Amino acid sequence: MRDRNNTVEKWWDDSMIESSVQVMEKMAEHQSAKDPASGAQADMPDRMAGMKPAAEQKFSVKSLNLHYGSFQALKNISLDIGTNEIMALIGPSGCGKSTFLKTLNRMNDLEEGVSIDGSVKLDGTDIYHSMNAIELRQRVGMVFQQPNPFPKSVYDNVAYGPRIRGIKKKSTLDETVERCLTEVGIWAEMKDRLYKSALGLSGGQQQRLCIARTLAVEPEVILMDEPTSALDPISTMKIEDLATELKKKYTIVIVTHNMQQANRISDMTAFFLLGEMMECGTTQDIFLNPKNKKTEEYISGRFG
Amino acid sequence: MDKISSIQSARRSRTNARIRSAVASDRVMTGIFYLVAGFFLLLLFAFAAYIILTGFANAQPYMFSFTKKGIGNQFFNTIYLVFLSLLISVPIGILAGIYMSEYAKPGKMTNFLRICIETLSSLPSIVVGLFGYLVFIVLTHAQWNLFAGALAVSILSLPLIATTTEDAFRSLPDSYKKGSLGMGATLRQTICTVLLPAAAPRIITGVILAAGRGFGEAAALLYTAGMSTDINWANLNILSPTNPFNPFRPGETLALNIWGSRTEALAADAAEIANLSSAVLMIMVLSFSLLAHLLEGRIKKKMGDTK
Repeated sequence: MRDRNNTVEKWWDDSMIESSVQVMEKMAEHQSAKDPASGAQADMPDRMAGMKPAAEQKFSVKSLNLHYGSFQALKNISLDIGTNEIMALIGPSGCGKSTFLKTLNRMNDLEEGVSIDGSVKLDGTDIYHSMNAIELRQRVGMVFQQPNPFPKSVYDNVAYGPRIRGIKKKSTLDETVERCLTEVGIWAEMKDRLYKSALGLSGGQQQRLCIARTLAVEPEVILMDEPTSALDPISTMKIEDLATELKKKYTIVIVTHNMQQANRISDMTAFFLLGEMMECGTTQDIFLNPKNKKTEEYISGRFG
Repeated sequence: MDKISSIQSARRSRTNARIRSAVASDRVMTGIFYLVAGFFLLLLFAFAAYIILTGFANAQPYMFSFTKKGIGNQFFNTIYLVFLSLLISVPIGILAGIYMSEYAKPGKMTNFLRICIETLSSLPSIVVGLFGYLVFIVLTHAQWNLFAGALAVSILSLPLIATTTEDAFRSLPDSYKKGSLGMGATLRQTICTVLLPAAAPRIITGVILAAGRGFGEAAALLYTAGMSTDINWANLNILSPTNPFNPFRPGETLALNIWGSRTEALAADAAEIANLSSAVLMIMVLSFSLLAHLLEGRIKKKMGDTK
């Protein structure tokens, strides 16, 4: 179990054997500018008990603007995404939520005529100016709307990530494939057809395979772009359960059209409209006491 | 009430008449399509059967020999020349196609490049032959040789392979590329490990077409590979001009042999030799495409295209 933990949990595990003074110092570092003095001590018992760290920011986005040519698709977005939580991005079609998601692992680099200003920081490092896109995408994986397994065997799909990072050893790859498929809950169905093409799987299986493929790269964050919109209700439920399970080790940002889905699985929700972020808060607040009138209208189904 | 129902029934009968006539014209058109397809299939079969039957009807055993009298050497030359030309045109053609689809930025330069490739593919082969003669023979002070022939044929097959590769890459779903790049793969890794294998079946089709072009080519070889063949199968020195595997020896192919036998040969059996060469060439091309399609099918099956 331990070696599978992501960096933040690992840091915590290690620090459990250090003296409490050192722990406090480290915490102060990690909490950065958010609330430097007060939070640290109060949080400590919770953290020691292995609960979710309160205010650690994985992503910190500040006044982000994005243009497609002369069209402004994102307007001055500022948003923090905390470690090990699920952040749902909701809003009507064309509101910029998918575009925003793509800025988090620079998939928009692949499109023509996109210009960006503002800052997006991953663990404090600016991903547009001080990080290589390849390194970034290995740390921030992505699951797409349409399941998109490669036209290869199930095994080769999952082993793809480790292989491009230069891992060739058969036993290591075998382990990774089994671990990742187990993690997404399809190892039992897949173990007898590992070497058959992934294109023969059902849509739900394909999508879980794609998640397993992303996990094999050992990312810290998983971006999901409407991962269930092409799936039937049962597969959708399985993916949702999986997301809640994966939250323990990864940070998840999910774009969804389905407000019930956002309500069911996310900790935080951000509502986008016409390229602007109207409101962001805990999912409970957004759905029960939205502060913005537009948010209220959208979640109550009056438009969108 | 009566009036309304009579209007309705009139409308219904009009609709029925329309449907009936649509069904009838659909049947007629389907019939015409079958007829045309059947006609061409029949034509192809008759053509192939005629060539193969007349070719073998008057063939004598000595004609199959690998000597000056038989066509064995020409048969070998044809395969060897196509092999040499594919060795040159496949890697360059595939790389060019990948460049055109994945790296070239859309713009005037790329469009100009595409026009060049299209022009190259429609060049008359005799022009390519004369160009090959000037560049590969006269400029290099060489005698007619297979390698020069292979280069000339490559000029013809290169654009074919480049275009099919480009098309094959462009027709792949965008999601393969996005999926791979989204996992932190570089563009090169994506091309080599995901896109190229996925595009392989279509690229193979392009290579078959290119090879077919090589098998049948005559004009481009007239002044490059030459019209003589002097092979000593016992000669094991690859540098010797009579060693069969020396690419720098003259080598007449089957297609050239047909042309030569029917135009300038004085031998009594020239017509029969030409007929047999045609039959053998036909069978070669047929079996080559069958083999290639089998291969294509197997790759597709492995990738799971056909469930």
